Formats: sequence, structure tokens, C-alpha cells
Amino acid sequence: MLNRGRNIEKGRVITRRMFILAAAKILLFAGISSRLYNLQISDREKYEILSDKNRIREWKTPPQRGIIVDNFNKVLASNDRVFQLHLMLDEIDDFDVTIFKIKNIIGLDKFQLKKLYRKKERLKPWDTLVVSDNLTWEQFSKINLYLHELEGAKPVLSTSRFYPYANDLVHIVGYVGDASPKDLEKPEIKENFVPGLKVGKYGIESSQEKMLIGNYGIKRYEVNASGKRISQIDYIKERQGNKVNLTIDIEIQKYAQELLKEKAGSICAMDIYTGEVVAMASSPTYDPNKFTHGINQKDWKEITNNPLKPLINKSIAGLYSPGSTFKPLVALAALEYGTLDPNKTIRCKGHKHPYELYGVKYHCWKKEGHGYMKLRNAIKQSCDIYFYEMARLLGVDKLSVIAKRYGLGTNVLGEVYNDEKNGLVPDTKWKRRVLEKSWYLGETVINGIGQGYIQTTPLQLCLMTAQIANGGYKIKPHIIKDETINYQNVINKIKLDQSNFPLHERNYLDDINIEYYQRMYHKKSNINFVLDAMFGSTNEQYGTSYRSRYDDPKYQFAGKTGTSQVRRITDLDRELDLDTEQIEYKKRDHALYVAFAPYKDPRYAISVIIEHGGSGSKAAAPLASKLIKRIIDRHNLREQISNGNSSLA
Amino acid sequence: MLRERIQTNNYSFLDKLKSIDYLLILLIIAIGSISIFAIYSTEGGKFSFYTKNHIIRLSAFFCLFLVLSFVRVSTWYKNAYLFYIVGLILLITVLFFGISASGATRWINLYFLNLQPSELMKIGVIICFARYYHRIQSSDIQSYKFLIQPIILLIIPCYLVIQQPDLGTSILIAGSGIAIIWLAGLNIKYFVYSGLLLLVSLPFAISILKPYQKSRILTFFNPDRDPLGAGYQIIQSKIAIGSGGFFGKGYLKGTQSYLEFLPEKHTDFIFTLFSEEFGFLGSIILLLLYILLIYRIINTGLVSRSFFAKLYCFGFATAIFLYVFVNIAMVLGMLPIVGAPLPIMSYGGSSLLSIMLGLSIVMSCKIYNQEQISVY
Repeated sequence: MLNRGRNIEKGRVITRRMFILAAAKILLFAGISSRLYNLQISDREKYEILSDKNRIREWKTPPQRGIIVDNFNKVLASNDRVFQLHLMLDEIDDFDVTIFKIKNIIGLDKFQLKKLYRKKERLKPWDTLVVSDNLTWEQFSKINLYLHELEGAKPVLSTSRFYPYANDLVHIVGYVGDASPKDLEKPEIKENFVPGLKVGKYGIESSQEKMLIGNYGIKRYEVNASGKRISQIDYIKERQGNKVNLTIDIEIQKYAQELLKEKAGSICAMDIYTGEVVAMASSPTYDPNKFTHGINQKDWKEITNNPLKPLINKSIAGLYSPGSTFKPLVALAALEYGTLDPNKTIRCKGHKHPYELYGVKYHCWKKEGHGYMKLRNAIKQSCDIYFYEMARLLGVDKLSVIAKRYGLGTNVLGEVYNDEKNGLVPDTKWKRRVLEKSWYLGETVINGIGQGYIQTTPLQLCLMTAQIANGGYKIKPHIIKDETINYQNVINKIKLDQSNFPLHERNYLDDINIEYYQRMYHKKSNINFVLDAMFGSTNEQYGTSYRSRYDDPKYQFAGKTGTSQVRRITDLDRELDLDTEQIEYKKRDHALYVAFAPYKDPRYAISVIIEHGGSGSKAAAPLASKLIKRIIDRHNLREQISNGNSSLA
Repeated sequence: MLRERIQTNNYSFLDKLKSIDYLLILLIIAIGSISIFAIYSTEGGKFSFYTKNHIIRLSAFFCLFLVLSFVRVSTWYKNAYLFYIVGLILLITVLFFGISASGATRWINLYFLNLQPSELMKIGVIICFARYYHRIQSSDIQSYKFLIQPIILLIIPCYLVIQQPDLGTSILIAGSGIAIIWLAGLNIKYFVYSGLLLLVSLPFAISILKPYQKSRILTFFNPDRDPLGAGYQIIQSKIAIGSGGFFGKGYLKGTQSYLEFLPEKHTDFIFTLFSEEFGFLGSIILLLLYILLIYRIINTGLVSRSFFAKLYCFGFATAIFLYVFVNIAMVLGMLPIVGAPLPIMSYGGSSLLSIMLGLSIVMSCKIYNQEQISVY
């Protein structure tokens, strides 16, 4: 009985404890349920995002760069197919091992390897490393063969920039290269960047980045845990960059480069009404295609060690004293201000009796002197003595007003080239402000023949000539086609204004702001006088560029030579009177020439500068002459294009 | 009257059929069916190896369960120690002849099945303790003499299992053993004392853990410590469950599992897969099925006459609870990842076999609930 009572007690204990346990179980299950509630209901969104992040991976696809075409729609910069190898850094276990395998497969040298490591250090661990952006077909197929051994490696079929006209255009179009950290700060690049994408480094490629870069595409894939793509979910197509249409005529550009071969210098050609830059050659030049995949050390050294400085775009970044090419403008200024009667006669007596001012002697370039000169003849034969006197009478401040108005002293193309120089048109205020010295009259005198402080770029000289040749109207030079303006209307308007010659209230001699396509002159006859004198300089005997003339009125042009000294000419030099070839290259004069054509109905202005080329009439004018013929031959084609008949291209 | 009939072997087959717990059978079938669908989903909706094997094992062990249910409970009682000893021998065999997989030696190759004796030992300990405490007078339970024996009986298999190494199973064995000692009526102070002792010896215990076990525990406290390594499983499991939401992503649409972000999805993480595809609703229903199952087992214990049956049923119910709780809490990131399968749901023959075996003993307790078991 006792036993039985104990057993009942034992059963009770067991049952009681079971209920305690059961209560604990219910409590713990409740805990699990609340945890489930937390995860699946409260935090659901968070985990959904995490789950999508797990399974969806995005690949950005690089956009095609917009092409660049010339005035005739000829492609100047295109996109070529290239084979690339990318490494997904986040998918690699051991970078060293992978890179070693790749090294063996495609054959990288020590230098390239070092470069890759340096590149990798700059990247974030989930970035893509572009191992090579230009594999040969053999390398590419080899990589594909061993792909299963290379985790994270991705062979990519991509496009890269190609410049069919290579050397002929590099100073205009520029080139592309890998984006530097500084490039990536630019918003247009930052927004559209994809690893491996090339960005503009210079010229149109750089300044028109916004147009050219396009938008990247996005490929969304569902991936499994090992990163293998299972299915494509989404594909937002990339958008190619926009086309950039230049005003350049590649045929003329090519010819200009050819003319400059083996020389250092620049040739610019411009439409005098529309302001379209037809050619802008700079020599020596280099191949932009070499930069696309990173230039190698040897090629780079070759470019940088060249004493003729190929990297400098001489048309806009080269600064030269205009020399005698400045004379038409000096004459125009003097006429406009009524400083001088063009019939005034001044005698040029040669080196024995130079021009004297406060005891300083100023020589004419012609040893034996020009004799008695009137203004027209002085321009035609480029007599320095006449211009010394004229400049003295005119004064530097008036001269600078006119010089600035006709395009000197400010950069021509604005934002397009970041290396374009402003040049310098001095005046008394400038000297006081910058050099903190007062102006000497002697400086005015040499300013009259384009020497001294004055500095111009070849494109500025071209613009100056164009604005004189078009009858004194302000134009807007540009190298990227401007579709917003109807140039036929502009031309018609200017021509109407030229022939009607109505009186204007405006006093153009003040230093005033003049809008585009407005008159810049006070008296039309003054402009015509200068143009006529330039005609004489080229087409009449004793003219400085008489030997380069054309008699056919179709090609007949008018111009002005210039020879700009790169150093002071001493008495000893005058005594020796050496030929250009006999002087050390660095000490030779720059040869300049500006011209417009055809004379009867001008349409194009041209400027030529040959660095250390000697005299303008011998070195520069013949080149201009050849190019003018080519430009005029192609004028009709150009007209058709601008009239909307682009099928001719 | 029924009691007498059992004692005198007049207990007819019809009587036995009448006292079968049909609800329990229904629950087993329900959870079993869910498990087949879940395993089918782990294979990406293809009827192949795992699904096939799981179906075969489920049906085979279910039949075994039905047959063994009719073994008299007194027979189980008589062979309880034998069960334990056989389990122990198998565990020792594993030590010498076991086959290894992923760094652990847990299995014996039986050609048709890789038997994991530690799973059988889960039942072995329960049945052994049930018999042990069935015999002991309630007055003797508190004495050290009778306390030391079960502790030794518990430590031996636990130690052997830890050596495999298999911390999870060893904890579960210990847990169910301790539960029975508690149920038998051992004074609560022992539990408090040993709990304190455990706390004090914790630093020492951690020092003897294997590096991977340590890292699991550390990772449990901070899964982001190593998101691609030890923390990966917990993080991915939480993402899968959380992204399931209320209704789930839909059957066969669990992206986390079919894109292979989920580790061990057939075995320890089967709940994660189920929860991802069926959401909060499905998870709660599954949880309710387990609660019902546990309730039915407890109920059998309540209607049983013998202490053995009571102790066994309560102990086994606690064990099932522990398995379910540890597994789900683990995949929910509430407990460290220790490697504990979800009963019936998880793929794995040994675990299924031991659960079915355990259930068949429960069923036998139910059918013979009026049977008296003499102490000797």
C-alpha cells in the first residue's frame, strides 16, 4: 500500500513536471513565432532587397562613342571592334594566381604587369580591372579556351576609337585615353562611366565629351550563389553618343598637313562670311591612335623629345609676332582715324639712312630702300619706314582698338580647345597694368610693323584677314557646325549691306561692343583701300608675294607677307646679310602669310606660318597659293553641302 | 476489464486497432508529405535523387513504424538497456570504422543506408532513462547513488558523439536525457547548481571546442563578422526567410534556394526553404503541426498507466520539441549553427529512422496504455 501511495506520488510529480515543461515549450515556440513575424512581416522589405541584391547582378555595357565627321560627312573618328579582357575583382579568390595565369596565356611583360598592379590598387574590390583593352584575335581565343581556369575573367567584345586620318587631324579632333581620376570628376563622364570606357583627352574629343560619350546600357542578370548567370532579367540598351559635325574639309586639311610636312608651323583657312574653319593644320603632328590603348614609352618619348614640339597645336596655341601681316590692319586703323592721307609720301632711304626717333634707329627690311612711297605702295612692298611713321602718328591705343576689333587679343574658338591662347594686343594701359611701366614711343613704332609686345595665333591672323576681306563685318569663327544659323541669309545680308552702303549713326571708331555680322568700319572706302593694296602686294610687280600669284580670276587672291623676327637684329647681322639657310635654325625668322581669295568675290581667308622658315614671300606665300587653289576648287561642293544637298558626300 | 485482457493476452487485434492514435498517424503523414514537397523543391522541381530516396525512406520507415507499433510496451521496457547498449556499441564502431564526410566521422556503412548511430542514441538514451527511473522509488531519486548512474550513462554517448565531432546531436542527446531526469522528479536545486557550474566552466568548455565550432558560436553573436565565411549560412538563411514575407514566394519559386544561396537546404536548412516559399503563414502552419504532434505524444503519456510509458512519452515529446526548436531557432539566427535536423522534414535516413522508431514506441505505449509493467 505504501508502495502504491509512493507510486501515485511519483506519477503526480512526473505529470506536474511535464506541464511545467510543456509551458516552457509553448513559451519557446512563441519566441520562434515572434521571430518569424519579425523577419517575414516587419523586416520583409529589407530582406527582399537583400534577396534581390543576392540574385540580381548588373553589368554596365559601354556605350559607343559618337562619331566625328567633317563638313562632307566623312568620318574623322570612328569606332572599331576590339577584343578586351576584363577581370571582375570580386569574383577572384587569389589575384596573384589569376594574373599569373593570364600572364602566361596572353604574354604580359614585367612592365605591363607592374602597371596592372598599380591600376588594381586604385580600384575598389568590386570594380572591374581592364587587363587589356586591345587583345589580338589569337590572345582573345586563347583566353576563351582557358576561361574555365580563370575565375573572374571576362573576355569582352568592345569598340574603341579609330582615327582614319590619324596624323592629319590630331590637333583638331584630339584623342581618347583611359579616364584619369580628374576626368572622373567631370559630371558628364562620371554619369556615364563604365570601366574600360575611353574618354576624350584633347580637342573635340574632350570638349564635346557631353555629346560624344553616350549613355551606358544595363544588363540585369539573375545569378546563382557562385555568380553564374542564370537568366537575363532586363536589358536597358546603351545609347551611342551623338555625332559631332565639324566644319573642316578633310581634303583641304590633309593637303594643308601635306604642305607643312617636315616643317614646323600652321595653316588656317576660314570662310570669311560664315566663320567656318575649313582647315586648321599644325605641324609636326602625331598619331592619335597610339593613345587609345595607352601610348608606349618609346612613342611618347619620340613625341616629347621632338624639338619641333608636335604636342603644341600651333594654330591656336602658338604665339607669334604677326610681323608685316599686321600692316594692312595698321593702315586700316590709320585711315579710319584719319591719321594720315594715303597720298602722303615718305621716303625710304635704305639702311644707310634709317628712320630715327629720339636717337634710336629703325631699319627697313630692304637694304637699298624703297624710295618714295605712298601708302598703297608701302603695303604692297611692305615698306617698314612708312609704317614706323604711320604708327607714330596713329598711336598705340587707337591701333589696339582696331586690332582687337578685328580679332586679335582674344581666343577665337572659345571653349572648344582648352589650350587656345589669347595672344596679346598691347596698349599703354596694358603696359602700366601688367609691366607697371609707361609706354615708349619706340614701342609704338615697332608695333607698326607687327613686332614688339604684340602676339597672335595663326587662327587670329586668319580671322583678322577674313574680317577685312568680308568688307569689315564681324563674324563668329567656329569649328563645330552650327545648324541654328542660316548662313545664306547672313551672306545675303552682308552683301546687301556692302552694296547699299547706307549711312550709320554709329561711331565705329569708339571702343564699342559690336554684335556678330555687324559693321566694324567707319568708312567703307578705307577697307577697300586696304584690300586693293593687298591685291597689289600679290598681283603687281614689286609686290612681296608677286611670285605666288594666279592670273586666272577664279583663283586670283590678295595677301600680305610677313617675316617675324625671333630676336633683335643687330648691326652685325645687317652687315652680314645672310641667307636663311646660313642662319642657325632657332635664330631664323618665322615666315608668315595671310591672304583671301578669290579677289573679285572673296570667300576664304587663309593664314600660313612657317616657324623659322625665313621670309614670308619665299616660305609661306607659295604654300598659301597652292592651298587656295584647292579650296576654291572645292568651293562648289561646299556650297552644295551648306545648301542642304548632303547626298554629294 | 481492458487491463485484465491485456494482462491475460485477451487483447484482440480489433481492440488494438481501436486504441491506435489515428491523429498522430495523420500528423506523421501530413508532415511527411510536406517534407516530400520541400525536398522536391530543393532539387529545383525535378524528381531526382533526393526526392526519390526520401520517398522510399519515408514509406519504408512508415511501414516499420506501423509494424513496431504493435510490439508490446513491456517488450520495449525489457529491451531498453539492450537498445542503449547496441547504440553505444555502434557509436564505438563509428569511432573505429566510421566513414567520414566533410571532416566528421559519423556514419557506418550498412550498404542500403549510411547509419548515423548518434541519431539512434537520441532514442536509446530516452528509453534507457525511462526504464531506469521506472524502477527507482521516488524516495531514492534524490540520492547521489541513483543520480550518478544516469549521469554516467549520459556522458558516455555525449562524449563519443562530440568526438565525431557532432556538437549538435550531442547537445540534443544531453538535452533529452536531462529532460527525463527532470521529469522523474530530481530536485530542482541540482539543476540550478549544475546550471551555475556550466556557466562557470563555460570559458573552459569553449577552449576545448574545435575552431570551426568556436567560429560558429562567435558568428552567431555577430553574423556580419565573416559574411562570406562562417556567417554566410545564417545571413543567407535569414534573407531567404525574411524575403518570403507573409505568403511566401510560391512553391518552387524560392530564389534563395534554387540559385544555391542556401547551404544544406535538404537537411538542416529545409525549414528555410519551406519558409521562403510558403511564407509566414506556411511556417506557422508547419509549427502548429509539430505542436500537435508533440501534444499527441504527451497525451499518450497522460493516458498511459506505467511510469515507463509516461516517462518515455514525455521525454520523447521533449526531445521532438528540442529538435524542432533547435533547428528552427538555428535557421532563424536565434541559436548558433550546430547541425540539427528538423524531424521528418530533413533529408537523412538515420534521423528519420530514429524519429519513426521513437514514434512507434509512443504508438505502442498508446495501444498498450493499460499495460502494467512490473518493476523487475
